[in-house]
Amino acid sequence: MTSAHTASAPAEAEPQLQTPLTHRSLPRRAAPAVLLVALLAGLGLRLAGLALAWSAILAAVGYTVAIYSWSRAVEGTRKAFDRMVTAIVTSAFLLALLPLVSVLWTVVDRGSGRFDSEFFSYSMRGIVGEGGGAHHAIIGTLIVTGIAALISVPVGMLTAIYLVEYGRGRLARYITFFVDVMTGVPSIVAGLFAYALFELFYEAGVRMGIMGSVALSVLMIPIVVRSTEEMLKLVPNELREASYALAVPKWRTILRVVLPTAVAGIATGITLAIARVIGETAPLLVTAGVTASDNFNPFDGRMATLSVFSYNEYRSPGVPPEPSFDRAWAAALTLILIVMLLNLVARLISRLFAPKTRA
Amino acid sequence: MAKRIEVKGLDIYYDKFLAVQGVSMTIRPKAVTALIGPSGCGKSTFLRTLNRMHELVPKARVEGKVLMDDQDLYGANVDPVSVRRHIGMVFQRPNPFPTMSIYDNVAAGVKLNSKRMKRADLDDLVERSLKSANLWEEVKDRLGKPGSGLSGGQQQRLCIARAIAVQPDVLLMDEPCSALDPISTQAIEDLMLDLKSQYTIVIVTHNMQQAARVSDVTGFFNLKAVGEPGGLVEIDDTETIFSTPSNRATEDYISGRFG
Repeated sequence: MTSAHTASAPAEAEPQLQTPLTHRSLPRRAAPAVLLVALLAGLGLRLAGLALAWSAILAAVGYTVAIYSWSRAVEGTRKAFDRMVTAIVTSAFLLALLPLVSVLWTVVDRGSGRFDSEFFSYSMRGIVGEGGGAHHAIIGTLIVTGIAALISVPVGMLTAIYLVEYGRGRLARYITFFVDVMTGVPSIVAGLFAYALFELFYEAGVRMGIMGSVALSVLMIPIVVRSTEEMLKLVPNELREASYALAVPKWRTILRVVLPTAVAGIATGITLAIARVIGETAPLLVTAGVTASDNFNPFDGRMATLSVFSYNEYRSPGVPPEPSFDRAWAAALTLILIVMLLNLVARLISRLFAPKTRA
Repeated sequence: MAKRIEVKGLDIYYDKFLAVQGVSMTIRPKAVTALIGPSGCGKSTFLRTLNRMHELVPKARVEGKVLMDDQDLYGANVDPVSVRRHIGMVFQRPNPFPTMSIYDNVAAGVKLNSKRMKRADLDDLVERSLKSANLWEEVKDRLGKPGSGLSGGQQQRLCIARAIAVQPDVLLMDEPCSALDPISTQAIEDLMLDLKSQYTIVIVTHNMQQAARVSDVTGFFNLKAVGEPGGLVEIDDTETIFSTPSNRATEDYISGRFG
């Protein structure tokens, strides 16, 4: 049987006629092996006295070149190019991740020292050296940002509804243009605007929590408009038509069909806008100001905020400076945790409100 | 219920572009009127003028008259919302409201307009509408589930139930079966035959067999030439149109020589 098969001539001639579908390839663990060699080489360079960053860069470049040349020799140009691009993309990803991890690590490392109950229950009133806390600044941040959200959300959402559902022609184009311009306003300019606005009503040098809220809403409104606009545009026109065909007036259609369909995205956008402005420092410095005491009335005098607190503890530390620095880092850590919490809330909201297909 | 619609010399524009020219026809009550014709000849555009959905497109407008019981739908002081109250519409692609349950979708016409209605009456309305749309048996145990979880054919019947729940006089259907499989199509065609005892039905379709099966009257729309506006070529009893049409273009289209 077998001899009859091997002896048949056409079976031997065939492989030459066919286009080969199999190619030679690198051994299965080629990439990790080359990476290991590159890392070891980098470690060697480091031990030889080269700076850490240079060693890492050289290791990455070495890996890319090595895997490319080896693959090109064995597998051909297409697969070699694929391996090279994979290496470059991965390096870029790690490079982008580096600052994030570094910031997180530093803040957690240095901020956890003063991340205690005293920090959350005391203000800085009468504190010179150690001790004290950011109670006044945490509550201040929540008040200032909360009022900013109360101003921005209605204004921003109504603007977006106008732009998507009603806006036609010149006015809509101007509004879109100015919203775009507002997105690029430097935050200190927003602060100075709020200061100039309130100076018209009060004496020069006025400082109030509400001024900070106004400054933050200048920054927040364009973000809310933009995200809401995008979400409303995603609502299929068929749903609006379905509603009109049921003899539902336009305003009810917007209120009862369009907004509920888009609410998950809108809520997420608003939460992210809040997270974006809650860490602003410059506009709050010139509006809400600096204070060491509890002040929870946004219409009366200076009001502390976390970012300004952190900045101020760092800029004018006591003697010795260490307790102040520790408080500054703890405030930064608190701020990051609040922002993280807001992001989680945004995810939760979008999951809760998203239209369900199957129950 | 079921009303007669008379269209007189209707020109339909998109801004300056004349899309459909000089349509005149009478739509009989308690009958199914099918509109057939090649793509882009203005059937759907015409259908959308009958309940003033056409003007939702920016700058779209019409000239001419559409009379329902001798009232011009395009007369001064006519509120498009009340026109749509009497003339309901079912779209090509099923479009249940994704945020609402099956029950709420059917009750949408009532609920979205915040009309006060007793719970028992509303339950009754939903059940009647779903029964009329031949969907009740399939969904009666899961009325609280989202409407978008149904199959395509069920969703389309849900949309029909939603449209008849507001008790219109006329029902417009814009290619209601083009996104559906043959079995769902069959279900909706049977439904149309049931519904015509109570409603005036106008249906746009690309499927000539469907027009022949369900309609009493058939209108043929065509473009005179590329770039020219579309228009109604002829309208007659379905049997006449499919056996002895008076126009050559209609005969060519129906016998499959073009389009």
